[in-house]
Amino acid sequence: MNKRSVHIHVEYLPRVEGHGNIVVDVKEGKLDTCRLDVVESPRFFEGMLRGRSVFEAQHITSRICGICACGHSLASIQAAEQALGVTPSAQTLQLRKLLLHLEILDSHILHIYFLVAPDLLGVESFLPLIDTHNKIVRRALRLKKTCNDVCDILAGRHVHPIAATVGGFTKLPGERDMDTMLHMLSGMRSDMDATVEFFTTLNFPEFERDTEYVGLVNEDGEYPLLMGDLGSTDGVRMTRTDYRKVTNEFTMPHSSAKHTRLSRESYAVGALARFNLNSDKLHLKAKEVARVLGMKPKCINPYLNTSAQLIESVHCLEDAISLIEGLRDTGIKHEEKILVALNEQSGISVRGGSGVGAIEVPRGLLFHNYEIDEKGIIVNANCIIPTNQNLGNIEHDMEKLVPEILDRKDEEITHMLEMLVRAYDPCISCSTHFLNVAFVNR
Amino acid sequence: MIKKPSVAFFDFTCCEGCQLQVVNLGETLFDILGIIDLKEFREVMSEKWDGELDIAIVEGSITDLHAEQRIRRIRERAKVMVAYGSCATIGGVNGMKNAFPLSDIQQYVYGADYRFFPTEKTRAVHQVVKVDYFVHGCPVYPPEFLTVLRTALQGVSCTVPDYPVCVECKLNENVCMYDRGVSCLGPVTRAGCNSWCINNGNICYGCRGMVSNPNEGGTKAVLEKYHVSLNLIINKMNMYNTCREMDRNE
Repeated sequence: MNKRSVHIHVEYLPRVEGHGNIVVDVKEGKLDTCRLDVVESPRFFEGMLRGRSVFEAQHITSRICGICACGHSLASIQAAEQALGVTPSAQTLQLRKLLLHLEILDSHILHIYFLVAPDLLGVESFLPLIDTHNKIVRRALRLKKTCNDVCDILAGRHVHPIAATVGGFTKLPGERDMDTMLHMLSGMRSDMDATVEFFTTLNFPEFERDTEYVGLVNEDGEYPLLMGDLGSTDGVRMTRTDYRKVTNEFTMPHSSAKHTRLSRESYAVGALARFNLNSDKLHLKAKEVARVLGMKPKCINPYLNTSAQLIESVHCLEDAISLIEGLRDTGIKHEEKILVALNEQSGISVRGGSGVGAIEVPRGLLFHNYEIDEKGIIVNANCIIPTNQNLGNIEHDMEKLVPEILDRKDEEITHMLEMLVRAYDPCISCSTHFLNVAFVNR
Repeated sequence: MIKKPSVAFFDFTCCEGCQLQVVNLGETLFDILGIIDLKEFREVMSEKWDGELDIAIVEGSITDLHAEQRIRRIRERAKVMVAYGSCATIGGVNGMKNAFPLSDIQQYVYGADYRFFPTEKTRAVHQVVKVDYFVHGCPVYPPEFLTVLRTALQGVSCTVPDYPVCVECKLNENVCMYDRGVSCLGPVTRAGCNSWCINNGNICYGCRGMVSNPNEGGTKAVLEKYHVSLNLIINKMNMYNTCREMDRNE
């Protein structure tokens, strides 16, 4: 057995969203500490929501995260609508699905190209790639901007969408808008093909740990992102209102971080979880990409979350195109355009109650839960974000990984750990809910 | 050859969406990177820099002592500081917590262990250190960011419009939200976003902060005409503008 000691402390892990530290301590070959600490300043969103109108919740909670603003908006709307007893129209649901596709596509492109690719190419960021891989950087920026521009048309903007609210959309795309969106998205196909080709040339680290994967599941043929029940690869099935029975938040004695667990000591959510649960429902082109990349469920290499993201990107692009084509063929019903604001006109009847939103956002399953009084004022709020659910699983991965690579140099171990955390695409400023911040003084 | 000005992005308490707006500029980013020397941008870069900076662009609010120390150190080594996005320029949504006793809101979110999560009242960046340029908005409006960056690089001043969003909204020929039966913060919020939200069918939430001298009489007249209570408007203002209290006290 390797008897060496290793101390790793990565402060403010770069190329992740938000502030996190990796702390690993190996004493004479024995793993003593293995943690991902969250050092983001607490933001208290759930506390701040109390006393505000449920009609403002989407606007406020969108600000939890700049990357998954549309996801938070949609989870918030779903929770608010359930509490109020509002049933969205078929057209509204289609447009929401489209918005979610654009969000996942946009976020995955950011992660794959700007956060992960530099690791696989052995550089510190995309900046050196401007000289060495100019075409690829341009392609990444072009893909990202096109996603954004389509979102602008659909919801006003991608970072903190404007038009998606409780009850529906405050603006609806006209015929020309539909054609423009279709033109722009179809134009992304060749860049997406090139992206797949580029990634087949890259090698991900080999590491496996059997894991319980959690995500939305359903009985129909659709790859569930906006709607579904809660399910796991260990066979759990529940309705979304039972989300607390899935997350089972608990505090660890060694740190004050809130972790989650279901059937085992931890579980994972995200692109790889969705792929493992629902790969048979992916778009045909996405299935083909999975085949090219050699991805099969159940895949238990967390580094391959990036490959699952690439597969989902193709799925979301193709399904977004199909959604727009479908909406264009039936014609947008413009009479469904709404203006709710603070519900000053009482267009939506208000009642007291509780509602849960459970949505697959880029990084995994997101829950919003609001309890409102009979005037529609929020009494209690709870948000459980994907990164929160992955935190325990990342630490268990690190615990298995570190002893396996103990014979390597410190820098290499650190790099492998950074890549592992990054593979989960953590979104730490979402951490409305994290309990943790103990530093190891060494 | 003239040395390129050194620029870095820093994030404090925020959602990092305003930094993302930079990546969303697409290939325009190449033009910017051609004229600056980008030293640090943690959201997308591993590179770090602790030397002097020509321009520090700061996103987020100052919400704890550690952040206060950090922003002071950044200010010391930056010739020019740009507050970037509502959290930095006016405290933004983070300010809502100031309406609660701090221990109450800490306990609500973190339960019995709340003392492990030290927090201070939310402050905008200029309420802690001197700020030279402001890019308002939640999120920032990209054309305005490019204007401010250009003026900051040239070393000339940049004036933020001090008239209400209504001016831009009228030019965009939107139907007034009050005429559509809902209340809107356009009449008291500073312009510069090209009435982004109203153009997309929603109301103004006041994310850019208030004009320095709001037309109180005119606003009251609008509220009376449309039977809107002052409390409703004040409550709406508090979503983004709670930290304004601390400007008044100085």
